[in-house]
Amino acid sequence: MRRIVIIQLGWRNIWRNRRRTAVILTAVIIGVWSMVFLGALMRGTADRMVRNGIATLTGHLQIQHPSYRKDPLVEHRIRDPETVYRALEQRLPSDARWTARVRVNAVANNARHAGGVVLLGIDPPTEAAVSFISEAAVVAGRYLRSGEPHHILIGQALADKLETRLGNKLVMMSQDADGEIASRAFRICGIYRTEMESTEKQYVFATRSAVQQMLKIGNDVSEVSVLLQRHGRVDDVVKGLKKTLAAEPYQVLSWRELLPLVTAVLNMYDGFILIWFLTVFVAMGFGLVNTILMAVLERIREFGLLSAIGMKPPWVVAEVLVESFFLLAIGTATGNILGMLSVVMLSRTGIDLSAFAAGMEFVGMSRLIFPVLLVKDVFMANATILLLGLLVSLYPAVKAARFKPVQAMAHN
Amino acid sequence: MTTSTSADPIVECRNIKKIYHQGKVDVVALDGIDMIVDRGSFMALAGPSGSGKTTLLNLMGGLDSPDAGSIILDGNNLQDLTASRLADLRLHRIGFVFQAYNLIPVLSALENVEFGMLLQGIPAKERRRRAMRILDDFGLDGKYHRRPAELSGGQQQRVAVARAIASDPAVVLADEPTANLDSGTGQGLLELMREMNTQRQVTFVFSTHDEMVMDYARRRVLIRDGRIVDDRLR
Repeated sequence: MRRIVIIQLGWRNIWRNRRRTAVILTAVIIGVWSMVFLGALMRGTADRMVRNGIATLTGHLQIQHPSYRKDPLVEHRIRDPETVYRALEQRLPSDARWTARVRVNAVANNARHAGGVVLLGIDPPTEAAVSFISEAAVVAGRYLRSGEPHHILIGQALADKLETRLGNKLVMMSQDADGEIASRAFRICGIYRTEMESTEKQYVFATRSAVQQMLKIGNDVSEVSVLLQRHGRVDDVVKGLKKTLAAEPYQVLSWRELLPLVTAVLNMYDGFILIWFLTVFVAMGFGLVNTILMAVLERIREFGLLSAIGMKPPWVVAEVLVESFFLLAIGTATGNILGMLSVVMLSRTGIDLSAFAAGMEFVGMSRLIFPVLLVKDVFMANATILLLGLLVSLYPAVKAARFKPVQAMAHN
Repeated sequence: MTTSTSADPIVECRNIKKIYHQGKVDVVALDGIDMIVDRGSFMALAGPSGSGKTTLLNLMGGLDSPDAGSIILDGNNLQDLTASRLADLRLHRIGFVFQAYNLIPVLSALENVEFGMLLQGIPAKERRRRAMRILDDFGLDGKYHRRPAELSGGQQQRVAVARAIASDPAVVLADEPTANLDSGTGQGLLELMREMNTQRQVTFVFSTHDEMVMDYARRRVLIRDGRIVDDRLR
């Protein structure tokens, strides 16, 4: 019953000075909105980085020669891919997709220009199920067909750089398995576009058999890339494959190991979000303490009266905290709704950051950012505001409870 | 001088001294008060402004503590109680009526009267029944849901007295309850208080410097310069 009167008093007291309540509510609402919305934008940025990274020829995991990551030479290849394929059949969930590639650094030449690229020998149908390169990415010409010996697919940005176009020849040069310079002429059968210009400039695609022939590596491949339907299963699948391939001279790497920069940025984002939440809270906390303190100081006589008629100090503390709780609860609820509405509105169109895209591509960020709302972030934002808000409100609450009835009631 | 009229005390003040320190000056507010208030009294603490009436009422109600002496209220030595126990004693055994600013502004008249009972844990039905009956007795039926700002000064003081007696206290301490009221309203309030005293045996101790108010009391204790200079029954 005491709870009822304390809650009743708290609720009514916050509406005694509507203007002040409106000001502090506005501060809480903006604070929570910014926590939810900007947090979602940061998560969206990170999410796109991960998606781009995984889609850009990484996959959720890869199987490689142990030295390939440090030194991606043709001799650091998987010489017995059938063993790997059998392990994949055995260990992968049924909905997983995988593809095997040959990947080497190469020089692309035409009559006018030359430029360093990464030449990928792919199996067109399985590659399309695993990475970004597929029929859908092709904006001119067509996608590769299995077994084509002299067709090549290049990015729009590379085509512009080399001043070439669909149907033109492009000579690829790289080092073969014997350490000799290998070259092969290809005809551009298609031009693709991606979200990131750097990808278009960097990667050229031919069929796996064509690149294997060019490099004289038989059926060997550089890497096997796997895409899972569920992000959360990566660690389990990696563990299983490592166990199966323990006796083989190959390593199994998750996307976190394959994309260390992205992983580092993701970890940094967790820190940034926490710092952002605390920064917002500190700014808002001062306003909250000030408001509650003002509300307490202008009611000194009333607290004296409450104490005189029998309210114990803990009940007075509770009453002030209830006022604070109502302000925080209304503010956080409204801020959450506004934050979520903002996220929903932007989840369709995203935010176009083309103006900054060139710099952002270095860390794999895309031009379009779509906010991603994580339950844990919303929970953390609300918990930060409510718990720390109540904590800082303890100061005015204890102050109110310490007023001596006689002095308080004599206060003007 | 110890003054007593029966062997059934509700408040005992023994050699009470209270000194206020105002800068470098010590002001003696009470200087050795010995007084016993009997259960069922209707008693006035009279005296000019600054004589120590309010200080004595505050000490009797446990709102302040004396520099020397002891006060025993309904068998409890107030000096032995913690702030929380004192609040508990005030809640259950003492009703207060102050000169001004008596009511909680965000609560209605009915809720103000119920407030003490609510803190005491009295069930809602009983609480409401008692509060309404007292407000009816005080001529405030129809004004249950008005907030203090919507009541006249006299009505507010009646609500304050109603609140003070609603929680069934051992004693009601009223500090110049009629000071802010016109004489007619003040007399009406005193009639009500006396009626409560007669009908319900509620003990009232009130301070005043108004002769008309003193005339209502059955016992008048005159205080001057922090000392009791006269104590008589009427």
